Amino acid sequence: MSGPSPPRELKITPIRNGTVIDHIPSGLSLEVLKIIGVTEIDRDSTVSVALHVRSQKLGWKDIVKVENMELSPRKVNAIALIAPSATIAIIRDYKVREKRAVDLPDRIVGVLRCPNPNCISNQNEPVEPEFEVARRRPVVVRCVYCERQVDKFLPHLA
Amino acid sequence: MGLQGRDLITIRDLSRGEIEEILQASRRMIPYAEGTRSGSQLAGRLVTLAFFEPSTRTRLSFETAIQRLGGRCVTIADPSASSMRKGESLHDTIRMLSSYGDAIILRHPNEGAGRLAAQASDKPVINAGDGAGQHPSQTLLDLAAMHEAFGTLSGLKVVLLGDLKYGRTVHSLAYALATFGAELVLSSPPSLGLPEEIRQQLDQMGAKVSEETQIHKLVRDADVLYVTRIQKERFVDAAEYEKVAGSYRIDREVLAGAKPRLIVLHPLPRTGEIDPAVDATPHAAYFRQAFLGVPVRMALLSLILTGKAR
Repeated sequence: MSGPSPPRELKITPIRNGTVIDHIPSGLSLEVLKIIGVTEIDRDSTVSVALHVRSQKLGWKDIVKVENMELSPRKVNAIALIAPSATIAIIRDYKVREKRAVDLPDRIVGVLRCPNPNCISNQNEPVEPEFEVARRRPVVVRCVYCERQVDKFLPHLA
Repeated sequence: MGLQGRDLITIRDLSRGEIEEILQASRRMIPYAEGTRSGSQLAGRLVTLAFFEPSTRTRLSFETAIQRLGGRCVTIADPSASSMRKGESLHDTIRMLSSYGDAIILRHPNEGAGRLAAQASDKPVINAGDGAGQHPSQTLLDLAAMHEAFGTLSGLKVVLLGDLKYGRTVHSLAYALATFGAELVLSSPPSLGLPEEIRQQLDQMGAKVSEETQIHKLVRDADVLYVTRIQKERFVDAAEYEKVAGSYRIDREVLAGAKPRLIVLHPLPRTGEIDPAVDATPHAAYFRQAFLGVPVRMALLSLILTGKAR
């Protein structure tokens, strides 16, 4: 007589080499995938996404695992903006080699475009858009050029 | 850190002490601005005025300040004649101009142009208005007008009246007044209120800020009535504009209940916000305010170009 097997936790297969982005606020993993640029990665690599997973820290969270890829600092900064609670683990040979929280630097260059259409950084000037962090919780950044404050980042990712 | 060699892009570039230094220096510059003393503080200096947007008052007061102190200036006053028209970036234009003169004064239609120019230039840049953004020398002369009338800024009750949303001068003025511990009273049509983010900044600074729409009540307690232009193009409905503009008009009747020392300021040009009959009252300080643009800019240029203002 065998009853139903006890519910198990995550069923995402471990990856050999790559990056695990954990503690993404539930619902934001698709945006994280956009930032990572899943269409650009190695076609033989697997990308797995877990949506709406129980989390002690957040209640509910999403997880993204990408094989054979490590994130550029620019991508990490973009993730830090939309999901400041996220953690990034670098996996090498099935082992977590490095694990850290995404860390928002004081200045963010080239990640966001200024939402002010009349800002000089949106004209044809040879400069990258640049923001300084005005507040960290919740994150608010300020354009170093026109001083417009931004607290919604998704529509403005460069 | 002294002001010599520094850029002035927003009023936030200046500490309270530095603003006080400029206001003090401005007072010493008044005889030079009036022409009763001749100055040579800027002798041998060449300042470039790059005005990519029309402006009379600001440009002429800078030119006047420079020339009365013995300096010289070259001016781009017509953007259509400049190489920007040929598609040159502001960055490149400023980079080139910075190799010609000793400082650049910039007026530009895009917000943030001042900061970009400061990055591109190895000479000091003074922002003389970038789009709807910053115009710090205007803020300094507004403060100078209040300081001249009352001898202090802290504790003054300043009413900001009119378009507080788009009015370029109002945001940095509110910030500066909060720095000095003035009390702010905001009064605007509902659709033209102070932007939330600026209100939050003021709250974070611990500023005393209140709102009041009853114009007679406002006038009764105020030390300074700072009136801004309500621009017709902000309204979809012409009748609505007339109604709002009418309810914010300052005339002798409105001022009848004011404190004797109340001063009325306006960045000018006015377009009906202040009845010309007010000009003859002791409250009218807006022409004096416009005059103070000259000594304030004299002080600013002297401090930035030479490190002193005597």
